[in-house]
Amino acid sequence: MKLVDGYPEYMMKSIKLVEEKREKNIAKPVKPMSMKAREEILNKYHPDYMKGTKRELKVGVDKGAILYNGIVDLLEAKPVIDPKDVDLSKIDYDVDLLIIGGGGAGTVASLFAYESGVSKDKILIVTKLRHGDANSMMAQGGIQAADRPEDSPALHYLDIYGGGHFTNKPELARALALDAPGIISWHEKLGVMYDRYEDGEFQELSGGGTCRNRMHSCKDYSGMEIMRNIRDQSRNLEIPVLEFAPIAELIMDDKGQVAGGVAFNLETFEYYVIRAKATILATGGSGRLHLANYPTTNHYGATGDGLIMAYHVGANLIDLDTIQIHPTGDAYPEPLVGILSTEKIRGLGAIPLNKYGDPFVFPLEPRDVESATFIQECKKGRGIVTPTGMPGVWLDSPMIDIIHGEGTTETKLAGEVRKFKRFGIDMTKHPILVYPTLHYQNGGVEINEKTETKVAGLFAAGEVSGGVHGKNRLMGNSLLDFNVFGRRSGIYAAKYVKKAKIGKLTLNHLDKYNKMLEQAHIESTKTAPIILPEYRGEMAISRALDIF
Amino acid sequence: MTKKEQVLLEEPDVKKAKDVEKKAGTVEVFIMGKSYKVPAGLTIMKALEYAGYRYIRGCGCRAGFCGACSTIYRKEDEQKLGFDLACQKVVEDKMYLVQLPFVPATKAEYDIDKIEPKESTILEMYPEIARCVSCNTCTKSCPQDIEVMKYIQRAVRGDIEKCAEISFDCIQCGLCAMRCPADIKHYHVSQLARRIRGKYLDTKSKNLIQRLKEIENRKYDNEIEKLIKMDKKRIVELYKKRKIEAEESTTGGD
Repeated sequence: MKLVDGYPEYMMKSIKLVEEKREKNIAKPVKPMSMKAREEILNKYHPDYMKGTKRELKVGVDKGAILYNGIVDLLEAKPVIDPKDVDLSKIDYDVDLLIIGGGGAGTVASLFAYESGVSKDKILIVTKLRHGDANSMMAQGGIQAADRPEDSPALHYLDIYGGGHFTNKPELARALALDAPGIISWHEKLGVMYDRYEDGEFQELSGGGTCRNRMHSCKDYSGMEIMRNIRDQSRNLEIPVLEFAPIAELIMDDKGQVAGGVAFNLETFEYYVIRAKATILATGGSGRLHLANYPTTNHYGATGDGLIMAYHVGANLIDLDTIQIHPTGDAYPEPLVGILSTEKIRGLGAIPLNKYGDPFVFPLEPRDVESATFIQECKKGRGIVTPTGMPGVWLDSPMIDIIHGEGTTETKLAGEVRKFKRFGIDMTKHPILVYPTLHYQNGGVEINEKTETKVAGLFAAGEVSGGVHGKNRLMGNSLLDFNVFGRRSGIYAAKYVKKAKIGKLTLNHLDKYNKMLEQAHIESTKTAPIILPEYRGEMAISRALDIF
Repeated sequence: MTKKEQVLLEEPDVKKAKDVEKKAGTVEVFIMGKSYKVPAGLTIMKALEYAGYRYIRGCGCRAGFCGACSTIYRKEDEQKLGFDLACQKVVEDKMYLVQLPFVPATKAEYDIDKIEPKESTILEMYPEIARCVSCNTCTKSCPQDIEVMKYIQRAVRGDIEKCAEISFDCIQCGLCAMRCPADIKHYHVSQLARRIRGKYLDTKSKNLIQRLKEIENRKYDNEIEKLIKMDKKRIVELYKKRKIEAEESTTGGD
């Protein structure tokens, strides 16, 4: 196929229309939708509202709740560990605080637990991949904090709550808004290089669904810059980290408390028994479950393990009847499908356009609404279909340099420019093609302001937790979430540790769970958590022998 | 709209896309020397998976941010080695591939609060940077196209600010450190530079200090408490009527 500047000729024809109408489109922006219009389009085009994507859960504390099929499948699967295979009498690691997950929430938790008095040799971070392999590292756009005089934490609260369709737990939304400026200040002290004006004030942009410009950024590597700093800090403190050893199930004691976990060494297949007075679940999200058959922006390990093991010990889950699809996943070229193009591109002024080069939506609606309009546009035949069958709409990135001056895109969106350049596309000259992609797990294990779950000894923070964002998260609030609640979990778990007394270790809860599955007449061939997704080629899998 | 388009528009179907890939033909790659035929157009990462590899190491974010999938390759009959990320680079015919999932490179340990942001600070912690022979191999091996040698030279000269700026897009994959004849751990060096700059050199925000004081004095507690207690109808109304800053200047706040 012949490509012109990275695009096939038929797509270039549509780009010509985009170019012709560019000036007019910049001058005449589309207005935000009314609440009623938002509701209507969500009902028609968002997977959360569609039939067939969800079903009723038949087992456990949330029996009767409606959740996404892919999550119900795993909750109704057998626990991956058979208690008979594990000898709990030999403890491999005996610590005060077990942190499950080496991403943003887990690392922040470790720093604040240490600061709150837990000695470092009594902290253990265990993580599935490497320390820092997490969605946190991939967040591009930025982090919200109301620190400008024309803004206030109360307005931030209102945005969080309205964006979540008024379903958030208010005390969690309050913590998110009120702790935010303190988090930015902590980052300054660590050495995070935020984008600033010469006078030191932050360059703050708008995000979808926010009423003030309060998104702080570090170019389009915001998550990476924050994660690099907190990881470097924890490495300087020598906080112990066990890599490539995900926790497969939690351990309880005879008093019904969570008392550690069984780690699984991915390379040697050994298990390790970890006893802990407190456990923080910081396992992140579940994009790699590809709910509703969407491609995803998430990292390789985002398989929702935390939800499953927390549910096995009796913790409850909320808001898993919703997923966040991010409007601007890449739709072209094929190797990039599903990867994120940051919301900051729209924050800087780029407008979404259909194949005729016409705008159809206010560029910064909340993510669910924005996504639904993209899907509508494509279903009505006004999208562009790529040679591999992906539909998409244009995001007119060249507008950025026209509005802010030449060179802006290259400095502020260095990562994006680099990504497209590899495929011969210059996003400062030509628009990019986008379509919604599975981005974030809105809900999760229910927590309170102290990040406590319903089960004693088990705390949760970050994407695995539920309640902070309700049924839809706003941009810039996930980087904020893992900092705010990672910090809180470290502090409150440290307090808890001082009084906690662990009884006799047990995995009886897994036997009980198996019995519940039997009683509910669920016959699943699956086991969960799944730990890693399966992407091997069909041919290779169909011929694989399990003899070695 | 044609019928074909209609079908394609229903759902973003990854499988369908794969069928199309198959028609695009195959290429031969050598994974650690062993030949496999894989569909053209796949990234190195997806090609290995297609061939039957299931990643444990060497795979992270799958989007070019984490540096887990550094890959070294050489095409048959070519002199030069190539360096790239498996998740970003598309396979080419007769490519010999090996991944580098771990880099042994010790990091200096420091207390960022006690560091002095002097010109010599980096040199004191990483004295080996003085051994840089300006061969530029580090720059050539960087999958992010960062001018690695240039930032090391800046560090040697004590220009922390520039070292931080040039190195900012570093994903810490470590390919530079594995190629360096002077045994420099470039990505650790620049991490220190960026932290010093962010903490000590960049001018700080006055707005933030002001806001922190207000929060400490509980200025917003009552207002938020009121919002929390407000009945749903009223807060929905308040939300609808709030003034959107971005609407006034649709270009965002920059």
